[in-house]
Amino acid sequence: MSASTVAQPSPDELVVVKHLTKRYGDGGGLFRKPRILNAVNDVSLTMRRGESVALVGESGSGKTTFGRCLLRLVEPTGGTIHFDGVDVLALRGQALRRFRRRMQIVFQDPSGSLNPRMRVGPAVREPIEVHGIARGAESRRRVESLFDEVGLNAELYDRYPHELSGGQKQRVGLARALSINPEFLVLDEPVSALDVSVQAQVLNLLESLRRRRGLTYLFIAHDLAVVRQIADRVAVMYLGRLVEHGSSETVYEDPQHPYTTALLSAAPIPDPGAASVRITLTGELPSPTDLPPGCAFESRCPNPKKDERCRTERPELEAKSAGHEAACFYPGVRLGKDDRERSRSPAH
Amino acid sequence: MTPVLSVSNLTTHFHTADGVVRAVDDVSFEVAAGETLGIVGESGSGKSVTALSILRLIEQPPGWFGPKSRIELDGQNILELSSKELRKIRGAEISMVFQEPGTSLNPVLTVGYQVVETIRAHSKISRSEAWRQAVQLLETVGIPDAPLRARDYPHQMSGGMLQRVMIAIALSCKPKVLIADEPTTALDVTIQAQIVDLLIDLKKKFGMAIVFITHDLGVLARLADRVAVMYAGQIVEHGTAAQIYGEPGHPYTKGLLTAVPRVDKRRGELAGIPGSVPAATAWPAGCRFHPRCPSRLARCDQESPPPCVIGPGHTADCWLHTESNEP
Repeated sequence: MSASTVAQPSPDELVVVKHLTKRYGDGGGLFRKPRILNAVNDVSLTMRRGESVALVGESGSGKTTFGRCLLRLVEPTGGTIHFDGVDVLALRGQALRRFRRRMQIVFQDPSGSLNPRMRVGPAVREPIEVHGIARGAESRRRVESLFDEVGLNAELYDRYPHELSGGQKQRVGLARALSINPEFLVLDEPVSALDVSVQAQVLNLLESLRRRRGLTYLFIAHDLAVVRQIADRVAVMYLGRLVEHGSSETVYEDPQHPYTTALLSAAPIPDPGAASVRITLTGELPSPTDLPPGCAFESRCPNPKKDERCRTERPELEAKSAGHEAACFYPGVRLGKDDRERSRSPAH
Repeated sequence: MTPVLSVSNLTTHFHTADGVVRAVDDVSFEVAAGETLGIVGESGSGKSVTALSILRLIEQPPGWFGPKSRIELDGQNILELSSKELRKIRGAEISMVFQEPGTSLNPVLTVGYQVVETIRAHSKISRSEAWRQAVQLLETVGIPDAPLRARDYPHQMSGGMLQRVMIAIALSCKPKVLIADEPTTALDVTIQAQIVDLLIDLKKKFGMAIVFITHDLGVLARLADRVAVMYAGQIVEHGTAAQIYGEPGHPYTKGLLTAVPRVDKRRGELAGIPGSVPAATAWPAGCRFHPRCPSRLARCDQESPPPCVIGPGHTADCWLHTESNEP
């Protein structure tokens, strides 16, 4: 298959992912069936140019695996990924390398992703020279302007990573990712290792970089408050599947899937007077290697309407309004509504 | 209310190859029975060293307590106890829950056994009676099928369940004070909310005082009665939760509150705080926050500000408030 086999892309769709699946498994034992884990299970998601899409979920939801599949850091088991019309999974060798210039990843732990024995300036310079974008004095000049762009003092050029603070290291990680002028960034929990005051600086920086450079983001995070701050659209994953997807505004204000509702109600708000609608999830998570045939969330679902169908049949994503989809047979049920009214009443 | 735990002028320093690390400098606070004091701060603020100091879990040397430091539990100064007396108190009158439940438990013993171990260390009861109590405790902290799950090894339990076990161990001798150091940080949001609810319930049931240490202003808002904000080894503001969140007086507290994104509303550009936390080997002179402070005055880099009363039970260490309110 050649790299130009293309599904007709809409011009503003930069990354189109369809039915992406990543399966891990062992071969089983003499008396044991193989164990299969669908880390990402039939997930479709489109990122438009200049847009910031957040993928949220708790640990084990598959959000990180999804992000790595997009860059082919992990080879997906099934599905398709088109980047600007190019079939990413068909790329090999040189073509794959050229393509990787266009998409980059920034990791959570800035100290883990920088070489401890390499000064940070040369670390940012390396990809520029590897990809043959510039050499010598010109590449150094580029690094200095990148440092300036991400808010790093040029004097830090000759420092080692351990001499920098967490926020500075994350800025180096960003400068390195931006050094080859990518169009698309996968940001995998880029601020969760940072202190609150520094986190705010980095979030603001990400937002201004996106505007200035017209970047497209896939922002992977577990912190719903951070996501609200940065995302245009939100996709919620649970045990490998997409359960809800829509614009930030609709997902936060009018969540349809009971898991999203529970997740939002559990997110702490820095205000002792905030009305709290608590939805306590009980029940155990099913084993990810042995998911039930129905909805994976059924065992913990607080929705009073849940029934036999939820246990036996798997709900597919269905549009609830324009651009807002949820995979639930009984979506949009207001959970813990009474609580909300009770806790708000003293204010009136 | 008489405080059950009273910390005054606590100073904990470490001698290291890079010089003296002044992790905690002259910190004072009190907690009463049935009260939750939240200590909030960023990394390097000294909040965890404060927690460890209370239980004297600081190795000496390199650790060193200042001569004026006092940590009084019911009037008894913990810093003056012999190691034998200290062992009697730890786990029985004052206990601690840590961030990583997985690393605090012994992987080769069942969780039930580890609860029994703590109970039997402090009271002379039979093994079977202790096991019965252990199972009951595991039920109290919300472990389903406790009689069965008590026989599980730590690796058979999820992170949330392990933290419940840790809380059961901490409460096994009905302590007067529970110190919780980032107990929910390693957990997923939905589990985090459950653990916070559990602590609120248990406090009602057992009536102990809780010192809750965290970097997360959101989690703290849910359970703290009073809040102490730490920066660079010192408490810079102290007040009721309503005062700290509603009328913060210190520019650092204000900065923190405007830096936190909120799930219930999208904020415009986050204000944040410029710069980063200084190193503990070289705190800035004067007010330690002055290099990052948006409202600093001429004297701020010279003299360190005294605590100023800015409301009933509300103090902030900031020169902005000194003119009218010096105590």
